[in-house]
Amino acid sequence: MDVLITGLLLGGTYALIAMGLNLQYGMARIMNLANGEMLVTGGFVAFWFWTGSQISPLLTVFLVAPAAFALNWLIYVIFLGPLVKRARSRGQLEVDAILTTFGLSFVAVGLMLAFFGGDYFSYSYLSTPIHIFGDTYGANRVAAFLSAVLICGALWLWLARSRAGMTIRAISVAPDSARLVGIDVRRTAALAFALGGAVTATGGALISTFLTLDASTGVIFTLKALVIVIMGGVGDVRGTIVAALLLGLLETFVARMIDPGLTLAAAYLLFVVILLFRPQGLFGRPTT
Amino acid sequence: MKRRTFTRLAALVLAASVAGAPALAQEVLKIGAVAPKTGPLAGGAAVSYWPNVKLWINDVNARGGLKVGATTYKLEAIEYDDQTNPGETIKAVQRLVDQDKVKVVLPPYSTGLNLAAAPIYARYGLPMITSTATTDKANELSKQFPNVFITLGGAKPTVASVVETMVKLKERGDIGNKLAMVNVADAFGIELMGEAKPAFKEAGFELVYETSYPLGTQDLSPVMKAAKAATPDAFIAWSYPPDTFALTEQAIVEDLKVGAFFTAVATAFPAYAGRFGAGAEGVLGIGGVHADGDAFKEYAARHEQVTGAKPDYWASAMVYSSFQILEKSIEAVGSFDNAAIIKHVKENSFDTVIGPIKFDENNNNAAFWTVGQWQDGVFKGVASTGRDGAVEVKKKGAWQ
Repeated sequence: MDVLITGLLLGGTYALIAMGLNLQYGMARIMNLANGEMLVTGGFVAFWFWTGSQISPLLTVFLVAPAAFALNWLIYVIFLGPLVKRARSRGQLEVDAILTTFGLSFVAVGLMLAFFGGDYFSYSYLSTPIHIFGDTYGANRVAAFLSAVLICGALWLWLARSRAGMTIRAISVAPDSARLVGIDVRRTAALAFALGGAVTATGGALISTFLTLDASTGVIFTLKALVIVIMGGVGDVRGTIVAALLLGLLETFVARMIDPGLTLAAAYLLFVVILLFRPQGLFGRPTT
Repeated sequence: MKRRTFTRLAALVLAASVAGAPALAQEVLKIGAVAPKTGPLAGGAAVSYWPNVKLWINDVNARGGLKVGATTYKLEAIEYDDQTNPGETIKAVQRLVDQDKVKVVLPPYSTGLNLAAAPIYARYGLPMITSTATTDKANELSKQFPNVFITLGGAKPTVASVVETMVKLKERGDIGNKLAMVNVADAFGIELMGEAKPAFKEAGFELVYETSYPLGTQDLSPVMKAAKAATPDAFIAWSYPPDTFALTEQAIVEDLKVGAFFTAVATAFPAYAGRFGAGAEGVLGIGGVHADGDAFKEYAARHEQVTGAKPDYWASAMVYSSFQILEKSIEAVGSFDNAAIIKHVKENSFDTVIGPIKFDENNNNAAFWTVGQWQDGVFKGVASTGRDGAVEVKKKGAWQ
C-alpha cells in the first residue's frame, strides 16, 4: 500500500515537471530546452518569499503563475515568433527552436547565477508527517500531489471543454487548417507557450518545498520532462499524466522491492519499451 | 595642422601619464582561479570555494598587497568557470598561463577536477595546494606530481574516524550495534561505502540495511522507509548535497528513531541548519572545524562581512588555509620561482586559520577534521586525525 501511495506522490511530482513542456512542445510546437530553467526560477521565487517573509509557497504560486505567463509570452514573441514565421516545415521549426532554446537555457543559467548566486537553495516547508492508511508521508509531497491533480484536471477540462481550449487543440492537430477556420495561429500558440511556462514555474515553486535546487539543476528537469512527454504522447494531457504516474509507480516499486540503485535503469527500460511498441507515445496519434 | 596634431598628442600623453600615475605606484598581480560556476558541483563551489577567493584577495590587498621581493602587488582575480567539466578545467589553466600570463594559479575545486588538472599544473610547474580533494593515494600522487599537495585527507582515515565515533557512542550505551548504511552511487559514495562496510563489521556492528541510490535521485522516501523498517540504532549515509537534504527531510517525516544520524557532504553547510533549524541538532556529518577557536571565529566573521555569506564548517576554512600557504611561501621565497615555492611549501610549517599545517613526505597534511556534529546551532568538530579543539560527541535526541 505504501509503495502505491509513495509512487503516486512521485508521479504527481513528475506530472508537475512535465505538464508545462507538453503544452509548449505539443501545442505551441516549441521544443523548449530552457523549460527546466523556468522551473528552477519558480522554485527560487518560492524560496525567496519563504525565507524573506515567510510567505507560503502555496500562496506564492498565485504570483509566480501570472509573472511566468507574462515572461513566457514575451519570450515567445521576441525569440520564437520570428522562427515560427520563417519556418517552412515543422521539422525546420523544431531544429530552430531546439537551437534557440538551448542558447536561452545558458542565458537563463547565467542570469540566475548573477541574481541568486550559485548556492543551493533549500528550505523546509510542511515537512511534517501525514498519516494515510497507517503510513507516513511528507505533507509537502501530498500538497504538491494535490496541486498537480488540481492543475492537470483544470487543464484537461479547459482544453477539452472550453472554446479557447479547442482552438489550442486545433492548432496542435492541424496548424494549417486551423487558419482556414479563422484561428489566429500565432496568437494561440503564444498563449499555449505562455501557459506552459506558467505551469512549469508553478510546478517549480511547489516541488522546491521538498527538492534541493540550484541555478544549474534545470537541465535535469528538462530531460525528465522530455522523457515523460514523449512516453505519454506529444500534445496529449492525459498521456503526460498517465506516463508521469506510471514512471513514479515503477521507480518506487523498483526502489522498494528490488533495489534503489536500479530506479534509473527501470525508468529508461520503460521508456525504451514504450517507444518500441508505441513510437508515438501512449496516447499519441500515429504520424502520417 | 601638423602642430595641432602634435599638441593634441602631447596633451594625450600628458593625460595618460597623469591618469596612469597611481597605477604605476603599485603593480597589479593577476591571480588565476578555475572552478565550477555551473554544472553539478556549482552549488558546492559557491559555498566553499568562490567566496574564499574573494576573501583572500580582499585580505591580502587590505594589508597592503602581496610582497614579492622589492615589489608589493595588488591582487586581482581572473575567474573561469569550468562547468564541472575536467576538460574545461585543463583548458582554463592553459589559457590562464599561456594567454593571460598569470603567475599564480589557485587549485581547482573537488576531488575529480583536482586529479584531472594535476598533470597540467605539473607541466607548468605550478604549485597545487589542493583544498577540496580527498584521496588515499597521496603517496602515489606526490611521486608522479611533486607539485601536488593534499590537505583534506582521504577515505580511509575519514571512515576510521566515523567508526571510532560510533564505537564511542556504542560503548557509552547511546546506540546498539544495528546499523543502516546507504550511499550515493558515485565515485565518492562507492569508495567510502567500500571502506566502511568491513570496518564497521570488524568493530562489531551488524548491518541491518544497506543500499545505494543513483546520483540525482528525486525521491528518497523508499530508502528511508526501508531503513526505518529495519529498526537500526544508527544511520549512516555517504551522500551528496541534494540527497543529504532529502534524506534528512525524510528521516524527520518518517520520524526515524536513531541514536546517531550521519550524512556526508553538505551537512556542514550553513544552509543545512538554515533549512532544518532545530531539527539539525545532534546530526553528525563529514568534516568539522574547531568552531569555538578564535582563529575560526575571526575568519568566519570576516568571511560573512566581505562575502555576505557564512563559511561552511568543513572545506571553507581549508580552502582559505591553502591560499594562505601559497601566499606565505611566495612572500618567503621573494620571487615567482615555482620550484623554490614548492620546496618552501614542502619544508615548512604554516600557521593558517585551520591551525598549523605541515606536509609529510608524501605532500599530505595528516591532520584534518573528519566528523562534526550540530550542537546548539553550530557544527562542531567531534573527531579529527590530530587537530585540537574537538568537543564530546552527543547522542542524537528525537527530531525537533
